[in-house]
Amino acid sequence: MAETRIARDEAATTVTEERIWVASQWQLIWWRFRKHRLAMAGGIVILLSYLVVIGADFLAYSDPTASDANRSLMPPQAIRWLDDGRLSPHVLALKGRRDPVTLKRVYEPDPNKKLPVILFAQGFEYKFLGVIPTDRHLIGVEGARAEESIFILGTDQLGRDLWSRLMRGTQTSLTIGLVGVALSLFLGILFGGLSGSYGGVLDTVIQRIIEVLRSIPTIPLWMGLGAAMPRDWEITKVYLAITVILSLIGWTELARVVRGRFLSLRQEDFVLAAEFVGCSRMRIIFRHMVPSFLSHIIAATTLALPAMIISETSLSFVGLGLRPPAISWGVLLQNAQTIQALALSPWLLIPAIPVIIAILALNFLGDGLRDAADPYEV
Amino acid sequence: MLAYLTRRVFLAVLTVWAISVISFVIIQLPPGDYVSSYIAAMEASGSTVSEQEAQNLRIQYGLDKPIYVQYIKWMRLVLRGNFGMSMEWGRPVVDVIGDRLLLTIVVSAAAVLFTWALALPIGIYSAVRQYSIGDYVFTFIGFIGLATPSFLLALVLMYLGFTWFDTNIGGLFSPEYALEPWSVARVWDMIKHLPLPALVLGLTGTAQLIRIMRANLLDELRKPYVEVARAKGLPEVKVILKYPVRVALNPFASTIGYLFPYIVSGSIIVSLVLSLPTVGPLLLKALLSQDMFLAGTIILMLGVMTVIGTFVSDLLLMWIDPRIRLEG
Repeated sequence: MAETRIARDEAATTVTEERIWVASQWQLIWWRFRKHRLAMAGGIVILLSYLVVIGADFLAYSDPTASDANRSLMPPQAIRWLDDGRLSPHVLALKGRRDPVTLKRVYEPDPNKKLPVILFAQGFEYKFLGVIPTDRHLIGVEGARAEESIFILGTDQLGRDLWSRLMRGTQTSLTIGLVGVALSLFLGILFGGLSGSYGGVLDTVIQRIIEVLRSIPTIPLWMGLGAAMPRDWEITKVYLAITVILSLIGWTELARVVRGRFLSLRQEDFVLAAEFVGCSRMRIIFRHMVPSFLSHIIAATTLALPAMIISETSLSFVGLGLRPPAISWGVLLQNAQTIQALALSPWLLIPAIPVIIAILALNFLGDGLRDAADPYEV
Repeated sequence: MLAYLTRRVFLAVLTVWAISVISFVIIQLPPGDYVSSYIAAMEASGSTVSEQEAQNLRIQYGLDKPIYVQYIKWMRLVLRGNFGMSMEWGRPVVDVIGDRLLLTIVVSAAAVLFTWALALPIGIYSAVRQYSIGDYVFTFIGFIGLATPSFLLALVLMYLGFTWFDTNIGGLFSPEYALEPWSVARVWDMIKHLPLPALVLGLTGTAQLIRIMRANLLDELRKPYVEVARAKGLPEVKVILKYPVRVALNPFASTIGYLFPYIVSGSIIVSLVLSLPTVGPLLLKALLSQDMFLAGTIILMLGVMTVIGTFVSDLLLMWIDPRIRLEG
C-alpha cells in the first residue's frame, strides 16, 4: 500500500517536472508570476484602470466641461438604493441657496422629488473609442439631465461634475504615462543597447551622460521647460511636449537595465554560438538576445510608469504641465491646492485616491514581473 | 583612491557645466530677450528707457553676439556673482533669493537625516523579526509611502491638521519670527517646525531604504558567519549589530547619490503646498511670470547645490566604507 503511494507520488513529481521541462519561457514566467498574489491583484487593478481609459466617456454621465455657477462646490451626493423597502436606486433633487451669514452656497435635498437612476441612460454625445458616435452612458437619471441632477463625487468651483472629470482625468494621466514610457523605452533601448553592445569610449560617454542627467534635480528642470511652452499651444501639442520633457530623464533608468542585460548576455554560450555560426550583429541582437531579456524590459517599463504618472501629476498640479481645458489628475488636484479649498470642500481631494491606487498597483505589478522575469534563476 | 577622486571631481564639474547650459537654455527659451522684457517692465512701471540705453544694455549683455558668445558672457557674469536683475522685483536676483537657498538646504538635509534615522532601525527590525506583525505594518506603511507623491502627502496632512487641530500646519516659522532677523530664538523656532516637512519629503526615500535594508540584512543573516558568532555565545544584539548590519549598511552609502537630488526636487513642490520659505514658491512665481533670470539662477543654484551635496556625502561615505570606491 505504502509502496504504491510512493510510486504514485514519484510519478506525480515526474509529471510536474516534465511539464516544467517542456514549458516555454513565457509559460514559466506566467507560472511564477501567478504565485505572487499582490502582483496579480496589482495587474487586475491596472487592467481595470485601462478599461476606464477606454470607456472614460461611457462611465462619465455628465459632460466634464459643462459648468454652471448655480452648482458650484456641491458636496458628494448619496445614491439611495431603497424606496419603501423596494430596490429602486434614486437621488433626491437638490436645491441650492446662499447662506445669508457665511455667503457660502448650501444645497438641500428635496425628499419629495425623487429622480430614478437608470443604467445605459442617454446623456451628452461623444464618440466611443473615438469613432462610434453615441450618447449612451453607464448610468444616468430618468427624466432629467444628468448635468443638473446627479453628482456622486460632488462638483468643483465651476460646478463641473467631479466623477465625470475624474474619468476623463484618468484617461489623460494614464495614457500620458504610457506614451512617455514608450518614448523613454525607445531612447533607453537605443542608448542602452549601443552602450552595452559596443562598449569602449561610446559606453563611457553614454554612462557619464546618464550619471550627469541623474544628478540634476528633475522637478525644477521640468518646471523650467514646462514654463517655456508657449501659453497659446493647443492641448495635444502641450500633451506631446510634456511626454518629451518627462522622457528626457526617464530613459536613463531603462538604458541602465538594457545595458546590464546586454553585458551579461554577451558572455552566454548561445550568443557565442550564434556569433561562430556567422550570424550578423542585428540578427544576434534581435533573434537571440532580445527575446531572452524582453521580460526584464517589460518589468523595468512597468516600474518606470509610476514615476511618469507622479511627474505629470506634480507638474500639472503646480500649473506648468497640462493646463485647463485639459483634464488630468494633476489638473484636478490643482483645485485642492489651498488650505481654504481643503477646509470648505474636502471632496476636491478625491482624485488623490486613484493616483495612489494606480501607483501602488503598478509598483506591485512591476515587482512581480521583475521577480518572474528570469524563470530559470532559482 | 586618487583615480576615484579625479573621476568624481571630473564628473561633478561636468554636471555643473551641463546644469549651467540647461539653465541658460531655459533663460533663452521664451521669445524676446532680456533687454526687451526689461524695457517692457520699465515702461509698465512708468519710467522710460531711451534707445541709446537699450543699445548699451544689449552690448553690455552681448545680446548682439551669437548664442555661444552670449553663454560665455553670461557665465563670466555668473562667476563674478552677478546673476542679473529680476524683472518682477526690480532688484538683483541675489537679493531676491536671499536666505531662501539656505533654507532649502536646511529642509533637504533634515529630510535626508530623517530618512536615515527612520530607515535604519525599522529596516533592522523588519529583517530580524521577519513576518511579524510589526514587519507587516511597516511594509504596508512603506508601500503607501512609496505610492504617495510627497505633495499629496502634504495636502492630506494639511487637511488632517486643519480638521483635527484646527491649525495651519504649514510654514517654517511662527508668525512672530517670520520677518525677524536671524537669532538663536528664530533658529530654535525653525527647528521646531522642521519635522513635518522632513517627514513629508523623506517618506518615499525612507520606504525605499527600508526595503533595501531589509532585503540586504536578510541575505546577511542567513550566512554562516552569523551562525558562528551565535554559536560562540555572543549576545543576540551584538551578533546582529556588530557584523551583518554593518555589511547591510552599504545601500545607505550608495543611495545618497540619488536620494539628495530627489529630495531637493520634491522640496520644490512640497514647499508650495506647505508654504515653506524655500526657493520653490519663488521659482514657480518666476516661471509663471517669465522672470527668466531669476528662474534660471534658481535652477542653476539648485543644481550646483545638489552636485556639491552629493560630492561631499560621497567623500564622507568613502571615508566610512573604503570598499565603495571599488564599485565606481
